[in-house]
Amino acid sequence: MNSFFSGTRLRDMIRAIRACKTAAEERAVVRKECAAIRTSINENDHDYRHRNLAKLMFIHMLGYPTHFGQMECLKLIASAGFPEKRIGYLGLMLLLDERQEVLMLVTNSLKQDLNHSNQYIVGLALCALGNICSAEMARDLAPEVERLLQFRDPNIRKKAALCSIRIIRKVPDLAENFINPAAALLKEKHHGVLITGIQLCTDLCKVSPEALEFLRKKHTEGLVRTLKDVVNSPYTPEYDIAGIADPFLHVRLLKLLRALGQGDADSSDAMNDILAQVATKTESNKNAGNAILYECVETIMSIEDNGGLRVLAINILGRFLSNRDNNIRYVALNMLMKAITVDAQAVQRHRATILECVKDSDASIRKRALELVYLLVNETNVKPLTKELIDYLEVSDQDFKGDLTAKICSIVEKFSPEKIWYIDQMLKVLAEAGNFVKDEVWHALIVVISNASDLHGYTVRALYKAFKTSSEQESLVRVAVWCIGEYGDMLMNNVGMLGVEDSVTVTDSDIVDVVEIAIKHHASDLTTKAMALIALLKLSSRFPSCSEYVFSVPSIPCNSIRLMFFYHRGTAFFLSCIKRMRFQLRIKDIIVHHKGSLVLELQQRSLEFNSIIDKHQNIRSTLVERMPILDEATFTTRRAGSLPAAVSTSGGASLNLPNGAVKPSTSLLVDLLDLSDDVPAAPSSSGGDFLQDLLGVDLSPAPTQSGTNQVQKAGTDVLLDLLSIGAHPVQSSSSTTDILSPIQNEKSPIATLDALLPSSSLSAQATSAKAAPVMDLLDDFSPSPSKPEDNGSVYPPLVAFESSSLRITFDFSKQPGNPQITIVLATFTNLTPNVFTDFIFQAAVPKFLQLHLDPASSNILPASGNGSITQNLRVTNNQHGKVFLAFTSKSIVMRTRISYKINNKDTLEEAQINNFPRDL
Amino acid sequence: MGIRFILMVNKQGQTRLAQYYEWLTLEERRALEGEIVRKCLARNDQQCSFVEHRNYKIVYRRYASLFFLVGVDNDENELAILEFIHLLVETMDRHFGNVCELDIMFHLEKAHFMLEEMVMNGCIVETSKCNILSPIQLMDKTS
Repeated sequence: MNSFFSGTRLRDMIRAIRACKTAAEERAVVRKECAAIRTSINENDHDYRHRNLAKLMFIHMLGYPTHFGQMECLKLIASAGFPEKRIGYLGLMLLLDERQEVLMLVTNSLKQDLNHSNQYIVGLALCALGNICSAEMARDLAPEVERLLQFRDPNIRKKAALCSIRIIRKVPDLAENFINPAAALLKEKHHGVLITGIQLCTDLCKVSPEALEFLRKKHTEGLVRTLKDVVNSPYTPEYDIAGIADPFLHVRLLKLLRALGQGDADSSDAMNDILAQVATKTESNKNAGNAILYECVETIMSIEDNGGLRVLAINILGRFLSNRDNNIRYVALNMLMKAITVDAQAVQRHRATILECVKDSDASIRKRALELVYLLVNETNVKPLTKELIDYLEVSDQDFKGDLTAKICSIVEKFSPEKIWYIDQMLKVLAEAGNFVKDEVWHALIVVISNASDLHGYTVRALYKAFKTSSEQESLVRVAVWCIGEYGDMLMNNVGMLGVEDSVTVTDSDIVDVVEIAIKHHASDLTTKAMALIALLKLSSRFPSCSEYVFSVPSIPCNSIRLMFFYHRGTAFFLSCIKRMRFQLRIKDIIVHHKGSLVLELQQRSLEFNSIIDKHQNIRSTLVERMPILDEATFTTRRAGSLPAAVSTSGGASLNLPNGAVKPSTSLLVDLLDLSDDVPAAPSSSGGDFLQDLLGVDLSPAPTQSGTNQVQKAGTDVLLDLLSIGAHPVQSSSSTTDILSPIQNEKSPIATLDALLPSSSLSAQATSAKAAPVMDLLDDFSPSPSKPEDNGSVYPPLVAFESSSLRITFDFSKQPGNPQITIVLATFTNLTPNVFTDFIFQAAVPKFLQLHLDPASSNILPASGNGSITQNLRVTNNQHGKVFLAFTSKSIVMRTRISYKINNKDTLEEAQINNFPRDL
Repeated sequence: MGIRFILMVNKQGQTRLAQYYEWLTLEERRALEGEIVRKCLARNDQQCSFVEHRNYKIVYRRYASLFFLVGVDNDENELAILEFIHLLVETMDRHFGNVCELDIMFHLEKAHFMLEEMVMNGCIVETSKCNILSPIQLMDKTS
């Protein structure tokens, strides 16, 4: 006995490891052992080499690094004795993998061993090669393996067959060399060779169409006969399992027949009889028999159509499905998923049973059944199936709710016959498992609600009721809060009652209660709280009947005196005003309370909202106007992720109301995003965050102030980059940003909301560059609205740029009937006593503009203003006349670069021109 | 490929034998074993023997204190793998005589040799216990 097999030391090590009470102790023992092994390796100790390796394998199994033993494997493989080689090869398979360079060193030893006179050593080498061979080794050693496929000993042939599988997987080009030897294996009687040969042929069919064709033509008959022999074979004790001779061979044979029969009517025909025999004769009371039936059903489902066989197969699955053994039910569900493409009708018959399986106590079965139900749903059965699933949602396990919810939502979205049903089902899901609902799902729900204008009242009432019972479901709370903010008035006045619903009596204070609960709930996260805060602002102007009168008399300090003011209007009016006032005061209280919030976002918003309520009565109602109908198509595409958020500026026409107030339309949503999302480097942009649309605020927790600074920087960088790269005048810049557009805002009396947006600081900075006084837009805001801008006016000429050497003036003109296009006549004047040569003017604009530069009148600019160059620029403002939340249309911005030579010396000047007249 | 890995794990979740037929790093192996063991050991006897994990299935069977877990591709015949686990246990039983956890621990290399004769590169090589054990017995005799 050699030292390894008596191996006291190996035993000792295992005992020591077993005795360890904690992981730390185990680590210590392993560390000690590893140290000893390393020493032994360093001393090149031959006697203990394979004991060391045995230890390393154990250590490796425990999950410790053993790379230092890799070379030992190679040394053992290279040694002459069988026991050494054997442990060496085992170590090779366990400790190394095909990616390691060390493996290259072993190719030669393998080659020698494959040609060894001892067949056991050949077997070892084949086994190792089959487990770890890389593409290079496959190329090098394929001829040896090919030869060994005809070796006299079946034990070698079977290993060579599996080794060939590895080789053709690594190098599919070699497949054709193996077709003939592999086909020869199919005639073998030895089960080991036969089963490996069949597996080799199955793999050949996968990688090589020629092999598939060849085997189909020449060997289908033979394989059918083999299967027949195996099925009818007399009792063979060696291979018998539960009265069946070698079920593994059955299964592999059926697999190969499946590969051959798929898509080929002739070979399918040839195997019909035997498949029918297997399907009817196989005992189904033992696992082994069921394994064969299961494989047989799959083959029947996959090969070319034969009605009778399929009925047989579906019946077997039906029997499986009603089996008490969970394993059998599991495979039945698994197979029904494949059967559904073949015969959906037959699978539908088992719907009731499958639905029962969704409610099984076993997670694996539930999962399979749920996937299957998902495939079973169609327009006709969606209602009952969804009802079943939602009912089950109430009682299901917590860890299953996530899967179940996702599937229900997906079914409802896909097959919903009408909007009201969709909304009903989604509300049920939200109320039951709102915490498991993904963000896209409730975003989609809001979009649908927004589009179903006749259901607004119904939805908000339903949400209100649902909130009362399940206020712990975050997504439900969010949707409810959003809808209450939008349609709160409908909730109170029972607007748009449907026949099916009971009327509810809701007072305004109930409504505020809901929002208050949402905002104060400890588990509510920032998004919910922010949504609630905005809902409050919206609510404050949803019932405007008298509150505005009350609050618009700021000169009267005390509320009670304000009320006196209205006393003469009658008691009823007085009482309703008291109610309204209380309502307003409560809203204000909650908002004020959040002025002290530790979350910057909430704090900032509540300050702003408070200021809107206090000081800007006249614009408040416009600010919190009902959201325009959200564009479903836009949302869908955005959800699909195919488009970045800002691209979808679809149909954003806006409406100028006679009083100068502006009714924002869909483009407003998009434009909100423009302010932060357009810039690739913007830290707060989250790639089309739908939430930003919904809320109109930036919810990212990053400090807003620093965020916008970066935004601006990034924006200008883009502009700069554009200029420094392009040697020719840039006609239209595609990746600049719109963020510079609010620059003109200080002129606009209704730019107030701009201050709500992260870009406010930016606009302030931009303005200060122009030396205009930076106003606190919110506080210094004068309440009288100015006259709307006159679009048709004549624009004064503009000194666009002036330095010590050069002056550029712009004259503007519009083409009649085409207000989007502005013709700019640029005049360049030289202020120095030297002539400028090679004068080039380049300009770039943000992407909402298009710029066309006509050739300049000359490229030589005479000295001292004795002449000038003129150049026409045509600017198309796609956003002309569109008004965004910033309450100003986007005006032109331009970045320019002027290069010229003075006495052959290059000079470069750059400037950003942003004092263009408004509304160009 | 069929079989991706074979694990033997005791009731406490300690690995007693691990054979992978696809390459995973040490960290991946540890994570994988942890996840699988947690999932499978939590299941009771009535539940089915198949667990879906990541993109493959685990077929497992418990023998006394030892769990045999086999990771297979999704298109593998689960019932046949279950039968294969039983064959593996019977083979070990025949060799060790009433095989137990300790036999596998202290004769890890022999367990591997047996496995080597039964599975290669994720495919089944041999299903006859005699054929599987004969080379091992031969070697025991000579050494």
